[in-house]
Amino acid sequence: MDFTGLLTAVVFLPLAGAALIVFLARGAVSVRVIAGAVALAELALSVVVFAQYDASAGAPRYQLVDRFDGWAAMERFPVEYFLGVDGLSAPMVLLTGLLGMVAVFASWSVRDRVREYFVWLLVLQTAVMGVFTSLDFFLFFLFWELELVPMFFLISVWGSGRKEYSAMKFLIFTILGGAFMLVGIVALYFSTGEFDMTVMPEALRAASGLVMPAGVIFALFFVAFAVKLPVWPLHTWLPDAHTDAPTAASVMLAGVLLKMGGYGMIRVSAGMFPEVISDFGWLIVTAGVINVLYGALVTLRQTDLKRLIAFSSISHMGFVLVGIASVVGVGGVVSPVGLAGASLQMFTHGIITGLLFLLVGYVYEKAHTRYIVDLGGLATRMPVLASALVLAGLASLGLPGTGGFVSEITVFLGSFEVWSWPTALAAFGVVLAAGYILWLLQRALFGPQRERFADVRDATVLEAVPVGVLAAAVLAVGIYPSVISDTFTAGVEPIAAFIQEMAGR
Amino acid sequence: MIDELLVWLIFFLPLASFVVIALFIRPFLNRYAAAAGHLTIAAVGASLALSVWALGSVQARGESTALLWTHDWMEIGPLDLNVGVMLDPLTAIMLVVATAVSLMVQVYSTGYMRGDPGYARYYAYMSLFTASMIGLVLASNIVQLFVFWELVGLCSYLLIGFWYQKPAAAAAAKKAFIVTRIGDLGFLLGIMYLFFNREAFGANLNVLEITDIHAAATLGLIGGGAATWIALGIFAGAVGKSAQLPLHTWLPDAMEGPTPVSALIHAATMVAAGVFLVARFYPVFEVSPAALDTVAIVGGVTALFAASMGLVMNDVKRVLAYSTISQLGFMMLALGVGALAPAIFHLFTHAFFKALLFLGSGSVNHATGTFDMRYMGGLRKVMPWTYGTFLLGSLSLAGIFPLAGFWSKDEILAEAWRHGELVSQVVFWLALAAVFMTAFYIFRVLFMVFGGEFRGGADADPDADPHGGGAHLAESPAVMVVPLAVLSIGAVLAGFAANPTVDLGLIPSFWLTEFLGEKHSTINLGLAAFSTLAALAGIGLAYLMYSAKRISPERLSRRLAPAHRLLYRKYYVDEAYELYGVRRGLYGGLAYALDWTDKSIVDRTANGIGWLGANVGGALRQAQTGQLQVYGMAVSLGILTILGLYLFFS
Repeated sequence: MDFTGLLTAVVFLPLAGAALIVFLARGAVSVRVIAGAVALAELALSVVVFAQYDASAGAPRYQLVDRFDGWAAMERFPVEYFLGVDGLSAPMVLLTGLLGMVAVFASWSVRDRVREYFVWLLVLQTAVMGVFTSLDFFLFFLFWELELVPMFFLISVWGSGRKEYSAMKFLIFTILGGAFMLVGIVALYFSTGEFDMTVMPEALRAASGLVMPAGVIFALFFVAFAVKLPVWPLHTWLPDAHTDAPTAASVMLAGVLLKMGGYGMIRVSAGMFPEVISDFGWLIVTAGVINVLYGALVTLRQTDLKRLIAFSSISHMGFVLVGIASVVGVGGVVSPVGLAGASLQMFTHGIITGLLFLLVGYVYEKAHTRYIVDLGGLATRMPVLASALVLAGLASLGLPGTGGFVSEITVFLGSFEVWSWPTALAAFGVVLAAGYILWLLQRALFGPQRERFADVRDATVLEAVPVGVLAAAVLAVGIYPSVISDTFTAGVEPIAAFIQEMAGR
Repeated sequence: MIDELLVWLIFFLPLASFVVIALFIRPFLNRYAAAAGHLTIAAVGASLALSVWALGSVQARGESTALLWTHDWMEIGPLDLNVGVMLDPLTAIMLVVATAVSLMVQVYSTGYMRGDPGYARYYAYMSLFTASMIGLVLASNIVQLFVFWELVGLCSYLLIGFWYQKPAAAAAAKKAFIVTRIGDLGFLLGIMYLFFNREAFGANLNVLEITDIHAAATLGLIGGGAATWIALGIFAGAVGKSAQLPLHTWLPDAMEGPTPVSALIHAATMVAAGVFLVARFYPVFEVSPAALDTVAIVGGVTALFAASMGLVMNDVKRVLAYSTISQLGFMMLALGVGALAPAIFHLFTHAFFKALLFLGSGSVNHATGTFDMRYMGGLRKVMPWTYGTFLLGSLSLAGIFPLAGFWSKDEILAEAWRHGELVSQVVFWLALAAVFMTAFYIFRVLFMVFGGEFRGGADADPDADPHGGGAHLAESPAVMVVPLAVLSIGAVLAGFAANPTVDLGLIPSFWLTEFLGEKHSTINLGLAAFSTLAALAGIGLAYLMYSAKRISPERLSRRLAPAHRLLYRKYYVDEAYELYGVRRGLYGGLAYALDWTDKSIVDRTANGIGWLGANVGGALRQAQTGQLQVYGMAVSLGILTILGLYLFFS
């Protein structure tokens, strides 16, 4: 039994914070202080996890393991408490810590049912951390489903617009996806007798027979991940949920929750079903190209700031699919570049779109409208927020020097050799992104100052801090990508190698 | 011999200036703004000094291989990305051009931008631009080059939209970014295709390193087909950045930016980066005749086409913008006919005389408050320095002996003529026609702005910027006139000094050509006389129409009304792109259709399934009896089913 306790702390600290708020906090101020302190401590812990992870060659694949097998006292039911990170999940932990902190500080102005609000926000963070660190399928599933509850309440209580509708839509889609996944997990268990994700690839190969064809199990998982990512045409929950969610929930949704889908695809779909994904690479790349182009073209038509960014997320998640599809390999060689690009894209999209939703939330709070046609000339009144929005927008359209470029070019270089024409088509998304982002900036920020925004104020210091942190992260990845790409590479290289080995057989 | 640190400093000094202005002077507070200007000038000045040193080092070294220092940037399996600096003759010349013109423009801007509320922000952007431009020419890796390629585009975007309160400026900035990005997409695809061919490079060459790409092309490791696609991709990027056909529409609109920006970015340096890019990857182009022919034809057609639009514009900056497009076309056609050194030579001389002309137009604007030549006139007496320098710049652009433009333009024509193949022949005549037009339009500007009587300036111009202040006729301050004088020295001497036809002692004959590693051809006297005659004819016609008034421009334009309208409306290309490409094709067409599909089909289907689910759920609710036995039975059935499946499949 291994136990370092670090990951356990990372996963359960927010939950403990939530408990503190429930039992100890008196009044809104103390709720905020506790939540803020927990979020900062959580960020510190996630930085420690990321920094502790040894990505050098020869280091063990799974590290910081917390394993406790006497958790479920059933002999025939080998469920374990098994946490650990590899190169794929360690950066995702960092991303969750970063955006969790941002979400808490972006919620400072929440006035309604403050205690409940922060409790849900912290519970959400525990759930997502759990998903990214669980190495036991049962535990993974528990956290996967746990994430639904806080998000449902955050949208339906503190949201805006058709919030109940959107929350319910989000819930139904994700629960349906989760149901498929549960069947998949059960099928894996009955095939191999294992819930351990680290040995599953080999266990599946060693199994004498599967309860269902591998393709069916693959599909069960893939549907769950496809809903989450989301993949066209399962995306329709996303624009509604993102648009109607409160700012912090939008940040978490776009920044972290979508990545659970991509993460699952890489760890489970690619890592455990190499033969199946090799057969269905064409389907994934097609879906990816549709996501990119369809998402970008629909984005062009959006006039609500949040909806626009939500649709742009669909487009950007298409690049993740294109990157993943490259695992088909070419000439029997599977390069890790596409997978690394996909995971980089998840990370950079997380910080970039988190920043975009944060800034748009501020703009909405100050200007009282998200309707782009009603905005204009804000740069004069809020130069700091406007500069940050320009930076985030440019990062979103993949400008070099920002993280967005690094991930997109990695996806392109990795996937072009496998899917030349689809990748070339997907690259058009870059031009379309310039179209909708620059249109947004021009209409919302530039032009003559408007009378009705004459007393709109720029960001306060408290508001500027999370903006600054995310902006710094966006630039850091853009200027020196190795800080993050080395870890991701260590995470995806074994997967690519395994697929190549399987394909060679 | 210069060392690595100093070469990096050429890049880092302006970058540091940007960071200091952005973080410490803080442009939005508008305090210590003057310090921003001084800091930028100091940084760029130091970069210029180091660049000259670098040029000297490369010259003294005298080897054909580049000085190269690289570092790891990102490594993912086979993707091995480095960053580094590479110093070869081409880089060294570009460094000197970029920093020298930048320094002049920064000094000039302290006068031109004085009192602007965005003064510090202006210098922050200018510092960032200078750093990015230097990074672009120093880059040792194609991806690194692409990074700076896009960053100069960003600075261009920020500076075109510098007066973002003006809707026209904000729109022009957006247009510039998007149009150039279409070209950049081609560049990106070229890089992808290059990486795709990495096996051909073998184990010792890194497919993304520029020097290794040169080696692979020279050794014949890249075949003709692959080279064509890679070269065309790279050329697509150059077409966007250098505003060649059909991606030229952004540059005239970019004139919404401050005039010193037009001089530096949209005349001397950034737009010339397209020419630099083709020159940088020239070994790849040389493998592919098809790619070279494409470059020549695009360049030749652009040279003529842009010059023809310059004939009729009334805004002095727009004339200069079309002139820039046309001159860049000259450089491209030179590259296309295999004349690398003449292309870079023309880039070098053009940087001086075109920056001079733009800064001159800014000086004129400073006095009159307008850019519309119909409301200028008679400035020769009031602004003698501006007039004198502008005249030198115009003569140089027109290619009159012995000014800088004459030498470089003539080499291009001579090379095109000498080649004698069909493509070269065609572009030669295109270029010759463009020479005539060039001389005409620039002297039309000269006569309309400086000749005759003053016609009211901003006070008479209904479209003048109402915040710009009216006309106050006077020579511009010394900080503006001195850079004009310095640049006019370049406009006169750069040609003869950089690439003299006779040995000057300090500078040997054909120094630049040989520095770039090319063989020079002899001067073709007949051709030189012929092209000079064409230029003189253009000047003469402009004189007859706009100075002596022997021919009425109004009557001429009425008689040639269809042609005039075609030119004045820019061949309707902008309208076609805007209306059919963007409005009807993309926004109102494809995007509209998909948005409708998303709302009315995809989402409605999802909701329909949801409705079905809710109603089926209602039916199933009958099963929720609350009796544990029933549930137990259902669970047992379920387990049995799973077991059954298990047994069946195993």
